[in-house]
Amino acid sequence: MAILDSKTPAGPIKDKWTNYKNQINVVNPANKRAIDVIVVGTGLAGGSASASLAEMGYNVKAFAFQDSPRRAHSIAAQGGINAAKNYQNDGDSVYRLFYDTVKGGDYRSREANVYRLAEVSANIIDQCVAQGVPFARDYGGLLDNRSFGGVLVSRTFYAKGQTGQQLLLGAYSAMNRQIGKGKIKMHTRHEMLELVKVDGKARGIITRNLVTGEIDRHSAHAVVIASGGYGNVFFLSTNAMGSNVTAAWQIHKKGAYFANPCYTQIHPTCIPRSGDYQSKLTLMSESLRNDGRIWVPKNMDDVMAIRKGTKKPTDLSEDERDYYLERRYPAFGNLVPRDVASRAAKERCDEGYGVNETGEAVYLDFKAAIERYGNETATISGEKNASLDRIKELGEKVIENKYGNLFQMYEKITDENPYKTPMMIYPAVHYTMGGIWVDYNLMTTIPGCYAAGEANFSDHGANRLGASALMQGLADGYFVLPYTIGDYLANDIRTGPISIDTPEFVEAEKSVTERLEKFINNKGTKTVDYFHRILGKIMWDKVGMARNAEGLKAAIEEIKSIREEFHKDVMVPGGMFELNPELEKAARVSDFLELGELFANDALMREESCGGHFREESIELDGEQKGEAKRDDTNYAHVAAWEWTGDPSKSNLHKEELTFNDIELKQRSYK
Amino acid sequence: MKLTLKIWRQKNSNDKGKIETYPVDNVSEHMSFLEMLDVLNEGLVAKGDIPVAFDHDCREGICGMCSMYINGEAHGPDRGVTTCQLHMRKFNDGDTIYIEPFRAKGFPIIKDLVVDRSAFDRIQHAGGFVSVNTSGNTQDANAIPIPKDDADNAFDAATCIGCGACVATCKNASAMLYVSAKVSQFSLLPQGKVEAKRRVLNMVDQMDKEGFGNCTNTGACEVECPKGISLENIARMNREYLKASI
Repeated sequence: MAILDSKTPAGPIKDKWTNYKNQINVVNPANKRAIDVIVVGTGLAGGSASASLAEMGYNVKAFAFQDSPRRAHSIAAQGGINAAKNYQNDGDSVYRLFYDTVKGGDYRSREANVYRLAEVSANIIDQCVAQGVPFARDYGGLLDNRSFGGVLVSRTFYAKGQTGQQLLLGAYSAMNRQIGKGKIKMHTRHEMLELVKVDGKARGIITRNLVTGEIDRHSAHAVVIASGGYGNVFFLSTNAMGSNVTAAWQIHKKGAYFANPCYTQIHPTCIPRSGDYQSKLTLMSESLRNDGRIWVPKNMDDVMAIRKGTKKPTDLSEDERDYYLERRYPAFGNLVPRDVASRAAKERCDEGYGVNETGEAVYLDFKAAIERYGNETATISGEKNASLDRIKELGEKVIENKYGNLFQMYEKITDENPYKTPMMIYPAVHYTMGGIWVDYNLMTTIPGCYAAGEANFSDHGANRLGASALMQGLADGYFVLPYTIGDYLANDIRTGPISIDTPEFVEAEKSVTERLEKFINNKGTKTVDYFHRILGKIMWDKVGMARNAEGLKAAIEEIKSIREEFHKDVMVPGGMFELNPELEKAARVSDFLELGELFANDALMREESCGGHFREESIELDGEQKGEAKRDDTNYAHVAAWEWTGDPSKSNLHKEELTFNDIELKQRSYK
Repeated sequence: MKLTLKIWRQKNSNDKGKIETYPVDNVSEHMSFLEMLDVLNEGLVAKGDIPVAFDHDCREGICGMCSMYINGEAHGPDRGVTTCQLHMRKFNDGDTIYIEPFRAKGFPIIKDLVVDRSAFDRIQHAGGFVSVNTSGNTQDANAIPIPKDDADNAFDAATCIGCGACVATCKNASAMLYVSAKVSQFSLLPQGKVEAKRRVLNMVDQMDKEGFGNCTNTGACEVECPKGISLENIARMNREYLKASI
């Protein structure tokens, strides 16, 4: 086991980034024209990095598996983007954003990276406004903010419930300008299937053209992986259908360490599963918990009656309901952080109190809020002695103004009217904090190979705060990577073009072709989805919201055996040289089947509970916090970075010790 | 539910293509339309047949990847939704459903229900941006106040998801709604005004080169648009184009 060097610059935390930028090497404009950079993925991180690098003069080759960069799953982010602008004069600052992010991550992120993120956050908003991103504004014409995710200030910028879309379209427009100039060569419907290393350095990738099936070689002086997270290892998640770990996993297998794979965010407010055919889960914005109260029935008889349809939730009186978050966490109530709210819902459903046919749903009830707002509105408008129906009518209007689009989406999917009957929600896999290990420069353990956005591990520790994913993607792509990559490329100005005819490229292409041909020629009996579903179930049941050693060990064995069966018995119809979605899925699921095992091993190694990682053995045994997560800073205040050895369960563990000089470590309490 | 699906099958861009019939049963009314197709495909794969290819990704109505012409309507019979958000409860047991790709000269078919919408990207390359470089020194975001109505209208135009339903629906296969949404967004904002003239001329020019037809004000695009992009944007683009041309 070796100690990893994060290359964090010396000096006080607030000066690190500024001083570092002044000292690192830069490439002169004429030389940039002779340097190629590959960017895999065109979401917020990849799109913004591609545009910025091209503006600086590098030749960018960008890759996306969708038909346009605008389709990347960053587009689905709803709530907003944090920035320490302090426009609301509520005492926000770079330090406070830094502090909230480190604390929210349960003290498992790297201080210097998080501080830099907070530092550049304000620039992101300036940049996006200059691009024409239509953020919400108030009547004075200035930018509006909202509060989010239980922090104490209003620092979240937003564009209704489509902030991710607007920011991605901003990055897309910046890319389009460079594509039009020829500085970005955009490869859509291309999937990266292998990294090419020459003399130990990342020098190119092998891709499959998803329309023609051709396997292509692409070379560059550096490779940036911005391919997002791996939540789809659970089969069902809020990720897009195509979201995958393949690019990240392939660089892992070529020497990039994979950090903290077990850190997964399970979002508490998603629409529950409705049947076995379900293909994905839909998120409902966290903001609903500001007004909704979460409950299940107190009595098992009522649960059964509701499942049978003989009783409706609205039939239950107040004292027949268990508002379990308010009961367990009187101080924060329904506004506890995401990980806490998710585990509490699971606890009730595991005890049998789930309210739908699958037993995996709890209520999110707006009745109290509707009546409260209705009363307020009636008082303001001078309607004395308004009837209950009138009060409800007024209240529903207020709720519609706040959450109308979410209520409409819920109704479209479930065919139930959430104004009249409580919503049903259940936690779902949403975001992965873990990812490729990177140093302060965002470089992986492979020289010349970088990872940005959700694909890397660096900024969110063991739990991500709301509205921070968009911030990190754009910070990495617009403001961090374009500087730090120059420090590396400054040594490459005399290299000249990288040939794609070297043995390394030939070998890598051959390996990809063989891997895909094997799937086609396998002629098994079961579909790719069959295996993916089984993997997802193992992950959810044993490596999901709460984990214990026994379950994890069983999961590791089960994943091994299902992986073996997959390679023996998977059926991929069609051929190599055509549009073949089953072949695409097979290659992705094959990687998920390896990642899943590493993921479980990581969770098994970490015998503490922190953030989204909850070990049932590591809980507070008495006192006020009885039953809550117990962190172990003495033994686990480190990043676990795994080195591939050929078998996911035999990966080598490398530790990066985390030191906190600017923040005091505390227990998170929401009681 | 039991259904009969009549689906357009076409091996590749050179193939002629034809409608094939597939019976499906065990369809739940809670399924989304794409989940119903997943069930069909899983059955086809299990038999060793080639599954029906269709574009899809986010499955929550925002990425714009899914398309399909269902019973003669882009994104099917429901309003204000994409195909991935369409649910089977909008159909009846025993229905026959016709599923075809988006059809337009500007959207050549790649396979089955998958079409090539890269023409949309090329129109954006021609001018769908504000020419500002990334820098840590852009002026403060609040330096130019923007009237709330302008910001809201720009936002409404900017919510276009680029799915192409407007083109598929239009009898002229016109891309005016799509192009005007981007032109409008930028022409309403001070940041976009500087190069508004160049933008509208270049984008319209590229739109014409891609083989999209002209607008004859039937308004079908607005009706079928899953995001409710307004026809007003086309009027605004026409004004911008006129201003830029004289």
